[in-house]
Amino acid sequence: MVDFWQIIQNAAVELISPTTAAYALAALGLAIHFGYTGLLNFGQAGFMAIGAYGYAISTLTLGFPVWGAVLVGVGGSIIFALILGIPTLRLRADYLAIVTIAASEILRLIFTTNSLDAVTGSADGLSAYKGGFAALNPFPKGTYGFGPFTMNEYDLWVRVVGWTLVILGGLLAWQLMRSPWGRVIKGIREDEDAVRALGKNVYFYKMQSLIIGGVFGTLGGMIFIMPRAVVPANYATTLTFFIYTILLLGGAATILGPIVGSMIFWVLLSAVSGFVARAQAVGWFPGMSSVQAGQTRFIIVGVVLMLLVIFRPQGIFGNKKELAFVK
Amino acid sequence: MSSNVKPTRGAPVKSVNLHIGEIEPGVPKVDPIIVADHVTRSFGGLTAVDVAHVEIPRNAITALIGPNGAGKTTFFNLLTGFDKPDTGRWTFLGKSLAGIPSFRVARLGQVRTFQLTKALNLLSVLDNMKLGAKGQKGENMFVALLPWLWRKQEEANEAKAMELLGRFKLDTKAEDYAASLSGGQRKLLEMARALMSDPTLVMLDEPMAGVNPALTQSLLDHILDLKTQGMTVLFVEHDMQMVRHIADWVIVMAEGKIVAEGPPDAVMSNPAVIDAYLGSHHDQDLGVDPHAEETMHALKELLDDEPSS
Repeated sequence: MVDFWQIIQNAAVELISPTTAAYALAALGLAIHFGYTGLLNFGQAGFMAIGAYGYAISTLTLGFPVWGAVLVGVGGSIIFALILGIPTLRLRADYLAIVTIAASEILRLIFTTNSLDAVTGSADGLSAYKGGFAALNPFPKGTYGFGPFTMNEYDLWVRVVGWTLVILGGLLAWQLMRSPWGRVIKGIREDEDAVRALGKNVYFYKMQSLIIGGVFGTLGGMIFIMPRAVVPANYATTLTFFIYTILLLGGAATILGPIVGSMIFWVLLSAVSGFVARAQAVGWFPGMSSVQAGQTRFIIVGVVLMLLVIFRPQGIFGNKKELAFVK
Repeated sequence: MSSNVKPTRGAPVKSVNLHIGEIEPGVPKVDPIIVADHVTRSFGGLTAVDVAHVEIPRNAITALIGPNGAGKTTFFNLLTGFDKPDTGRWTFLGKSLAGIPSFRVARLGQVRTFQLTKALNLLSVLDNMKLGAKGQKGENMFVALLPWLWRKQEEANEAKAMELLGRFKLDTKAEDYAASLSGGQRKLLEMARALMSDPTLVMLDEPMAGVNPALTQSLLDHILDLKTQGMTVLFVEHDMQMVRHIADWVIVMAEGKIVAEGPPDAVMSNPAVIDAYLGSHHDQDLGVDPHAEETMHALKELLDDEPSS
């Protein structure tokens, strides 16, 4: 018999997991890029990789404290944004898309290459960088939470930091978007020549947006590595497209959308994979191997998301009114 | 801008004696706002703009006319920094503008509208207007996070925007998306938005294109209004009636060059202009075809020849 209670419990864990928080932060950054400014950034995985490797390398190789490692990651993503933006933000939107997707792949391949094994750990990645972060943990040793949300003190600490960052990031983005700065940003999304004709330095604003959204992705990348190791294979383009999925699920030009979208995405993914794996084990799907069952979740989630985009294209929190005017 | 300025009705007051000396292309003006020299721009082998010398008079309405492909819009783009010329220099209020990016040109007080209206569709009409205001503190990313620093300015901008929207009869639409406006209303919005920056020179690229006749009159009044408020207007237009009605000075371009200029009536009786632009049938209604009967007959015969299915 399929244990539905177990499936629900496992799915509930994802609701507040650090991974969900990390994706929410990255999706929030993408909302600033794509939803508000209209920048087609297909390299959010690259920004996350810079957060992950920036933190891990400066901790392990350079022996930096936590705040130093965070600054290295954030500084690295600002430089990455400048490198991507300076040549492309003057050009049409598609060029940024091409450059970002290529740049994030280049980063991943650099982190994978054997010649840098001593620093990056190549394909095996890096681990054992969590000591400094764990040492800052104010929670005493013990078991916390209830039901599916039972965790030890380190897991609690990661979740508290992760979701605090999500909340602060959300508030920051919300305040920015309701300010005159946000009005310029949204104007650029609609027609940058018109905004230019009104005396705004469009290039400068696009650069600011690219940097802020990128730093959000970088912070997400740091939260992402706290419950696991840094593995270069995690930063492939699929990561970027999962984040796009989350963004479109929640609503591209919204603040709550990426956050709730990330929760729904991970709960759904966990529930579907748990169900398929268990149902396959008890023989509900004759002719399906356990490997196939493992892959089925992406097919089902894909179909669900397609239906969502077809029947609710503005996303969960998007404004239906906007769609009336989309060409 | 005060609200007690009523739109001018009836025959507009024309500004006269704008030039010095004999009227010819490139004639010096008494009080020029823009002076351009040797401005050229070519696309591949085609020379789109080749203006030797031109001066735009201040506090007057100048029309830039010419046949399609005469280089009017390209000249506009060059003057506003949206395109870079191959050669040439020009000054605005005595300040050289060559090589200055478009957003700086706008900050100096020279704002433009576009031939294809650029309303910011998914912004409300009011947000479109507020975007036009200059020197907003809250447009700095860090100041934006501290609303108490910009809230007062924002309220002032909103009041000003509502006042302008009222004059352009768009105040009831303030909260709607700009995308929900009609084509003519978008033209009005674009013009109103440009006025939010209190410009010195307003450059309108085909303000009448696609605007229905009922709205045309109010648009004309708004343009005349700009002059009474001390602004200078330069506009590109195809509608001769409108040019004759409101322009104080007309500059005619053909094949990238300025072929004639002068007060509207003088320019429109200039044989060079009639040849280059108006054509020999300019005072004849093309809707009435003297050979209509023959054409119909020929068409009928053609149709009869079609094999029936």
